[in-house]
Amino acid sequence: MSEYRIQGATGEWEVVIGLEVHAQVTSNAKLFSGAATAFGAEPNAQVSLVDAAMPGMLPVPNRECIRQAVRTGMAIDAQINKWSRFDRKNYFYADLPQGYQISQLYHPLVGEGALEIQLDEKDPTSTKTIGIERIHVEQDAGKLMHDQHPTMSYVDLNRSGVALMEIVSRPDMRSPAEAGAYLAKLRQILRYVGSCDGNMDQGSMRADVNVSVRKPGAEFGTRTETKNVNSVRFVMAVVEQEAKRQVALIEDGGTVVQETRLYDPDRNETRSMRSKEDAHDYRYFPDPDLLPLVLDDAFLEECRASLPELPDAKRQRYEAGLGLSPYNAAALTADVETARQFEALLASVAKAAGKGEADVAKRVANWLLSERPGILNAQNIPTDSPKNSIEANTAIVVATEAGTISGSKAKEIFERHLTSDIDLAAEIDSNKQTTDTGAIEAAVDAVLAANADKVEQYKGGKEALFGFFVGQTMKAMQGKGNPQAVNQVLKAKLG
Amino acid sequence: MSVDTATVAKIASLARIKVDEAAIEAMVPELNGILAWVEQLGEVDVTGVEPMTAVIPNTLRLRDDVVNADPLTGGDIRDKVLANAPAAEHGFFGVPKVIE
Amino acid sequence: MTELTDLGVAAIRDGVAAGTFTATEVATAFNAAVVQAQDALNAFIVTTPDVALAAAAKVDADRAAGKPLGKMAGVPIGMKDLFATQGVQTTAASKILEGFKPEYESTVSQKLWDAGAGMLGKLNLDQFAMGSSNETSAFGNVVSPWRRPNDTAPLAPGGSSGGSSAAVAARLAPAATGTDTGGSIRQPAAFTGISGIKPTYGRCSRWGVVAFASSLDQAGPMARDVTDCAIMLEAMAGFDPKDSTSLDLPVPDWSAALSSDLRGKKVGIPREYRLDGMDADVARVWDEGIAWLKDAGAEVIDISLPHTKYALPTYYIIAPAEASSNLARYDGVRYGLRDLPQGAGLQDMYAATRAAGFGDEVKRRILIGTYVLSAGFYDAYYTQAQKVRTLIARDFSQAFEQVDVILAPTAPTAAFALGENSDDPLAMYLNDVFSVPASLAGLPAMSVPAGLDRNGLPLGLQVIGKAFDEQGVLNAGLAIEQRAAFTARPTRWW
Ligand SMILES: [Mg+2]
Ligand SMILES: [Zn+2]
Repeated sequence: MSEYRIQGATGEWEVVIGLEVHAQVTSNAKLFSGAATAFGAEPNAQVSLVDAAMPGMLPVPNRECIRQAVRTGMAIDAQINKWSRFDRKNYFYADLPQGYQISQLYHPLVGEGALEIQLDEKDPTSTKTIGIERIHVEQDAGKLMHDQHPTMSYVDLNRSGVALMEIVSRPDMRSPAEAGAYLAKLRQILRYVGSCDGNMDQGSMRADVNVSVRKPGAEFGTRTETKNVNSVRFVMAVVEQEAKRQVALIEDGGTVVQETRLYDPDRNETRSMRSKEDAHDYRYFPDPDLLPLVLDDAFLEECRASLPELPDAKRQRYEAGLGLSPYNAAALTADVETARQFEALLASVAKAAGKGEADVAKRVANWLLSERPGILNAQNIPTDSPKNSIEANTAIVVATEAGTISGSKAKEIFERHLTSDIDLAAEIDSNKQTTDTGAIEAAVDAVLAANADKVEQYKGGKEALFGFFVGQTMKAMQGKGNPQAVNQVLKAKLG
Repeated sequence: MSVDTATVAKIASLARIKVDEAAIEAMVPELNGILAWVEQLGEVDVTGVEPMTAVIPNTLRLRDDVVNADPLTGGDIRDKVLANAPAAEHGFFGVPKVIE
Repeated sequence: MTELTDLGVAAIRDGVAAGTFTATEVATAFNAAVVQAQDALNAFIVTTPDVALAAAAKVDADRAAGKPLGKMAGVPIGMKDLFATQGVQTTAASKILEGFKPEYESTVSQKLWDAGAGMLGKLNLDQFAMGSSNETSAFGNVVSPWRRPNDTAPLAPGGSSGGSSAAVAARLAPAATGTDTGGSIRQPAAFTGISGIKPTYGRCSRWGVVAFASSLDQAGPMARDVTDCAIMLEAMAGFDPKDSTSLDLPVPDWSAALSSDLRGKKVGIPREYRLDGMDADVARVWDEGIAWLKDAGAEVIDISLPHTKYALPTYYIIAPAEASSNLARYDGVRYGLRDLPQGAGLQDMYAATRAAGFGDEVKRRILIGTYVLSAGFYDAYYTQAQKVRTLIARDFSQAFEQVDVILAPTAPTAAFALGENSDDPLAMYLNDVFSVPASLAGLPAMSVPAGLDRNGLPLGLQVIGKAFDEQGVLNAGLAIEQRAAFTARPTRWW
């Protein structure tokens, strides 16, 4: 793995990165109230008396939010703390109705864990383990709108009290690529576990990027924290820009101040947030409205039992058990939805073909990864179209796998199935390939006779024309000739 | 430990309570009196003692993940939420413009 | 015939049920008493005569229709203005909540209405329940109905439930709700010659009660005798899924099981409560109480609660710390006062609003609380206090291995004059010296009137029980009540 270095006037600099990722927990109701969490509601519609911090209101935690955070912890092999508790982080802001955020500082729900990233898809040795310090559960804040009124900001508390997991990494990353790979991997795992939908553009996942620079091997430098970065690409850009800025600053004789910064994607730069002078004394203390959270074995058992097969394990199984290439295994497991589709189709095809999954896996993988996407894209048909049913896909793949129809016929038939009302089974039937040597020989003879000039050229050494003859023969047979048989006959006749 | 006027001013600012200088002057001895008195706790030997977390031994009860199960803790009550607001417009709470 | 306003909870409920009088007659009589006393005592912030009459009419109609009546049917009560009451101004006696009309009803008040009680009005209190004399209310001091002989100096009704204690003692209400964080039910009950019980932490839901210090706040009844307290507590208590500290336990039928027969019971007398220079009358009444409980059949045992002297300083770290955070929500954004000086930004608005809205004692406690939680001081103050709190609770649990209940004075003195302690916060805090330890340990504790001091002012005795053992506390309280035969009442001067 090549090392990422910033070239400064005084030599090379190493960048040190840690990420604090806020991930919205998938749940129907908020962390401490029964108000809904759905995205895009009318302002203040999804706000309870509790979320608005009316006098005398009290928090009661949502079991599902705790469960999802625990399952996430288990997915990164983290220590699950059977005894944890909630703390209050006190500060004043208009998006924070209680005047404090309920969070976990002293005793988080999830302790040490780790996540393995792979920097080069094709190189299984390019892996690196990134430490995760903790995952804690906390409340999201509301939203302020500044452009609706000349002298007022407007406050919408719909998000106020929605459950977040804050996933805090160790400062183990050393390049923009590593930071990007970490965030992508984390997102992949959260989506597999089902604890967060990972929709970064809706704010379901956002990262605080901690960056510092140092001479290779030296002590950690002072870090800055760039807040709420909401895409993998932006995280990589922040690391790069911030590292360069810090190097330039230090080499200019300045010092990096520990501060929070904002990323401006339009200008691709980070800038300091006007820091409030006492913003950093949060006066954390245990929330006296909430007793210690104690998890019993049955709860943990259920969390573990309900964990799905995780991406790394799945990928290994696809390679070792199904015989897929590393590339295909990676592509099929990259997103939980793709893997889900693959496994459903694989099971269906194997059953219909009366074969083992390993026997049909390559065919199914190729169909899903290279053949079908082209057709869907060309016709602009969404993957979830009812036409793109598992039954239709099964019929096509099984027929191809059995050699009943050719690959190109399969695509053609499937395309027609998507765009018109055909009887798929009948269509497959009427397009059966023929291996009848007599019929093939007749077709080949006709093609060679009609192209005597090209036959001359071929015999004169222009061997590339072979494909032309195959094409012509197939065309003459309306695509029903078995390609291998056509090849054999042609080779024999052309001598 | 004792506080001076600068510390009191800082605490007041943290607590978002505007206090004028004269009032701060008056508070310094008062707060110092109270702090000196509570500091007698320092003489208690608390070796091996856990800080209290639940006054009646009990653990946290969790709620089911159901929207609006109880109208008193559910949403869809915007009018109630905004009913007492000093400034509510177009379904929002209004605050002096914040420059970020 | 006795006046209706002289009747207590049980007598009113039973009289209404028997048809001796109607609930409407009762509500009318108390409404009139409230009006007559309001200027002199200032016990109420808001009166709600129509609410009381409507509840009474409902009870009368139910009775006429032969429907079953609730535990508190026909009993009009005063509601401490710390409980959110739907559509009725709820202020915690602070300007910062002036005009606030909740869109919700607290669990405890709702339970009382469901039991057939009616609301006479919202009772005055120390602002945000912070005080021991009812001198910190933004709506003026409550004046005790008691006076010293030949002296018109206004006396403190105790605090923070001072409106409640004054109203019950002056017969403006047969009973009232109180809340107790460090003694705010027991001390005002003692000051005014009535009874009051703070149940085990978690018995009464805190949902809809304006928070002072969450780990300490408990609601409870204040009434003229032990039986009435038991009945009303049954109506107030019970599991509430909206309060995660609420105890998921059935509510016992305390009033039915009341018994002053203490044979086989052991009563602890904590030696650390016998302070140097203790008020002679307080010491005398305590000794009398010991004799009464022996007379009731109990065995009396000297016990030690070694960390008693640290209870008050512990309380004055924990309660302000929690309060400083609990009161952060009063910021002028969603409800209550907003002070927006010309050109002020958001943070300036907060500071101005809170400066204008909070009283001096509230500010003092917020500042103390902010300080003890701030960076560098948290462990020395807050963590240390929570450790000492563990020791205080441990003292009690060790004592309760030996005894069933503990007997102590409720307060170090009888009622003092308004203004007497108000310049010295520390002197005021010392009022809670006997009541705070049980609060820190979350234990049930009650005050019952036990006698008069040399000035003819009431003194209370406190019974502290094991967690969940309200019955033991009420029974010992009843034994004292029967033997103290406390019949003194303030002479009406208002
Ligand atoms: Mg952060
Ligand atoms: Zn966070």
